[in-house]
Amino acid sequence: MQTTTVFLILTALCVVSFITGRKRSQIVAMQQGGLSTLHSLPNHYGYMAAVWAALPALLVLILWTGFEGSVLHKLVVAQLPPAVQALPAEELGLYYNQVQGFARGAIDSVQLDEAQVKAAAFYRETASTFSQVKAALVFIVAVLGALLALRRITPVLRARNHVEKIFEWVLFGCSFLAVLTTLGIVLSVLFEAIRFFNVIPLTDFLFGLQWSPQMAIRANQVAASGSFGFVPLLVGTLLISAVALLIAVPVGLMSAIYLSEYASRRFRAVTKPVLEILAGVPTVVYGFFAALTVAPFIRGLGESMGLDVASESAMAAGLVMGIMIIPFVMSLSDDIINAVPVSLREASLGMGATMNETIRRVVLPAALPGIVGGVLLAASRAIGETMIVVMAAGLSAKLTINPLEAVTTITVQIVTLLVGDQEFDNPKTLAAFALGLVLFFVTLLLNVVALYVVRKYREQYE
Amino acid sequence: MSDSRQSSTTLAIQASLKKRYARERRFQWYGRLAVLTGFIFLFILLADIIVKGSPAFTQHYIELDIDFSAEMLGVGENPSAEEIASADFLAVVKDSLREQFPDVTGRSEKKALYRLISIRAEYTLRDMVLADPGLIGTHKNVWLLAHAEAGSYLKGQVDVTAPEAERRVKDAQVAWLDTLRAEGRTESRFNSTFFLSGDSREPELAGIKAALYGSFFTLMVTFCLAFPIGVMAAIYLEEFAPRNRLTDLIEININNLAAVPSIVFGLLGLAVFINFFELPRSAPLVGGIVLSLMTLPTIIITSRAAIQAVSPSIHEAAMGVGASKLQTVFHHVLPVAMPGILTGSIIGMAQALGETAPLLMIGMVAFIMDVPGGVTDPSTVLPVQIYLWADSPERGFTEKTSAAIMVLMGFLILMNALAVYLRKRFELK
Repeated sequence: MQTTTVFLILTALCVVSFITGRKRSQIVAMQQGGLSTLHSLPNHYGYMAAVWAALPALLVLILWTGFEGSVLHKLVVAQLPPAVQALPAEELGLYYNQVQGFARGAIDSVQLDEAQVKAAAFYRETASTFSQVKAALVFIVAVLGALLALRRITPVLRARNHVEKIFEWVLFGCSFLAVLTTLGIVLSVLFEAIRFFNVIPLTDFLFGLQWSPQMAIRANQVAASGSFGFVPLLVGTLLISAVALLIAVPVGLMSAIYLSEYASRRFRAVTKPVLEILAGVPTVVYGFFAALTVAPFIRGLGESMGLDVASESAMAAGLVMGIMIIPFVMSLSDDIINAVPVSLREASLGMGATMNETIRRVVLPAALPGIVGGVLLAASRAIGETMIVVMAAGLSAKLTINPLEAVTTITVQIVTLLVGDQEFDNPKTLAAFALGLVLFFVTLLLNVVALYVVRKYREQYE
Repeated sequence: MSDSRQSSTTLAIQASLKKRYARERRFQWYGRLAVLTGFIFLFILLADIIVKGSPAFTQHYIELDIDFSAEMLGVGENPSAEEIASADFLAVVKDSLREQFPDVTGRSEKKALYRLISIRAEYTLRDMVLADPGLIGTHKNVWLLAHAEAGSYLKGQVDVTAPEAERRVKDAQVAWLDTLRAEGRTESRFNSTFFLSGDSREPELAGIKAALYGSFFTLMVTFCLAFPIGVMAAIYLEEFAPRNRLTDLIEININNLAAVPSIVFGLLGLAVFINFFELPRSAPLVGGIVLSLMTLPTIIITSRAAIQAVSPSIHEAAMGVGASKLQTVFHHVLPVAMPGILTGSIIGMAQALGETAPLLMIGMVAFIMDVPGGVTDPSTVLPVQIYLWADSPERGFTEKTSAAIMVLMGFLILMNALAVYLRKRFELK
């Protein structure tokens, strides 16, 4: 039975429990002398029954669906001939994927051997038993929950408080999900990264000057032994981000100053949303623009000036990334400039300073910490940006600070290492998680510092 | 003495005034220039996409005189449906091309000639005959889809003055196409294939339908998870949360998650949902879950702002007549805050629709021809389709990529317009 069907049945059970709960509370109340003897409205008793039917059953459903795949995997693998079970992990994974694909009707039986066909039959059988058991279990839990709640219905039962208490916990659970997500990110990235650092020493990763993650997959294969020096990636990332910030900060900051200090209200009302369109453009569109329009343009421009420009230059990716973060820098600076008290401005203007002297000598110094915070946030955006660099920056990790050459970034390498075949016992795949760990902590650090700086700045004027 | 000092200061100020005013004007011009730069960037970006993409919405067809003789098709007098289905329609197309240009003889020349027509032609003819078996034994003029390269010449995208070796459409093909055009045998039509089919290796047959369905399923999962969870989290934090360490921890986490690079969410999805829970790869289900985790902070933050903006009087009035906290929130605060919450959610959904990087991590980059039928079928989404096409070197795909971008941007503009409309209505109250 499909999960959706189970879900629909569960919903129907909830409705039934609600109606029964309401009815029962009315009957019980009538026996005791009228509806007014009830503590809560009949609806609340209905809600209580429905919640008791739904919550435990939903929990069972989610847990079951979550673990079904891995349990099935273990059972099917245990059924396979011992020779197959002794295969290395990645070959066994491939073997299992074929079994799974055949069982689901995705691939033909032609490519499979006899054991796989047998295993697929077993897979199908077990899977169907599993889904029947799942449906039955969910059904039983739901009915038991509802019955338990229905039995407790008496006029003195504080059904409303009961339901509200449960609901408050559900609300708490929803917001606690944010903590769980962070925890999930840290743990998933950390575990694989630790496995990576068991193979490649941490110092080699942090201080190595060479990045070429081609590892021999089989022992006898001719391939480079692979070196995982992180420095070229970091330099490449910083180079592209620096180009981006060099474009975005002057343009964004000057636009913000002009719009908040000089522009008329109408001009501002039209201009700001138009410039913010730049923030709404998907990054893949910027990537396409960078790779097919900007990169050839910069290459042509460079050649006409007699410069040697790589076709995937850091300049092109950085320039387009800069365009992308202009609105980001603009709206952050705008907020911060507006937070500078008018009294400061008026004092300066009253002394006879021109507007531009006021802005440069009074407003900007006062806003500086906030602007620095904003630039840090923009930098963290630039470092974590993926699609533009995947499409417009290079793959070869060259250690250079010349923006006309091709460099690669952390995010590009994560994508390259993980798209396609993944083997979770190969340092090549695990390296992506180590890079993810670095990326997460670098951006986290930048964000925390930036948010702290911005908040301190705001408090200063509040 | 005081007079002379004052006048010297005045003089000094007056002398510098001109310079100061000039600097003031210059500064204003810098500001205008910055705003203008932003505008120019936006204009170039949009113009580039539109110029590149708009040809993709038309397609050229070539009219051929098709001989549906039973002998040519290799079928009997009254063939069954299976016989027709396995008949040799490719030979028919090739034959009619040879008839059209009888002086083409060489093997490679013939090959070039056959490349004028898309490989879909034989299926078009097969479907025609299957629908009307009476066609067998007749002659009929049929409009057939041109090959992508021939189409790009007919659209005027091929520079014939370039050396022949550097272009895909050769001189002979150019001559044939010119002849066909002179005879009125070519026609430009609206490209419905682009909207009605999935991905293909042939640019003229590639479409975005599969990607659109994938995007739809993915967004549906995202919305079903992110909207209720986000709103409930916002309610908790605004109305119920006690001031303590745990609440602070939750708030810090939400703010940080909003700034975590999207690709990190992809790593989470890969490690947790695919490797640990063994959910299907490439499926909208996993994509939707990952995107919902990513958009949750946006929804929570905007929903909190909307709930905060509800006037306390509504709150107090409800509490005053004896409503419980939960009743107050669900019956009175939430309906008033709803337009604001919806605005934030739509913006979050627009973000999710345009997101690519985390979906690459969970394997939604496969070549998908079939339209997915549910949330667990392998599928791709519109931005990923754009990414895949952008990687193809063929000119036909560049055009398709830009066209797909136009469709994607169209959806985003629609969603943002809806959000703006809701916000405007909300402000009126």
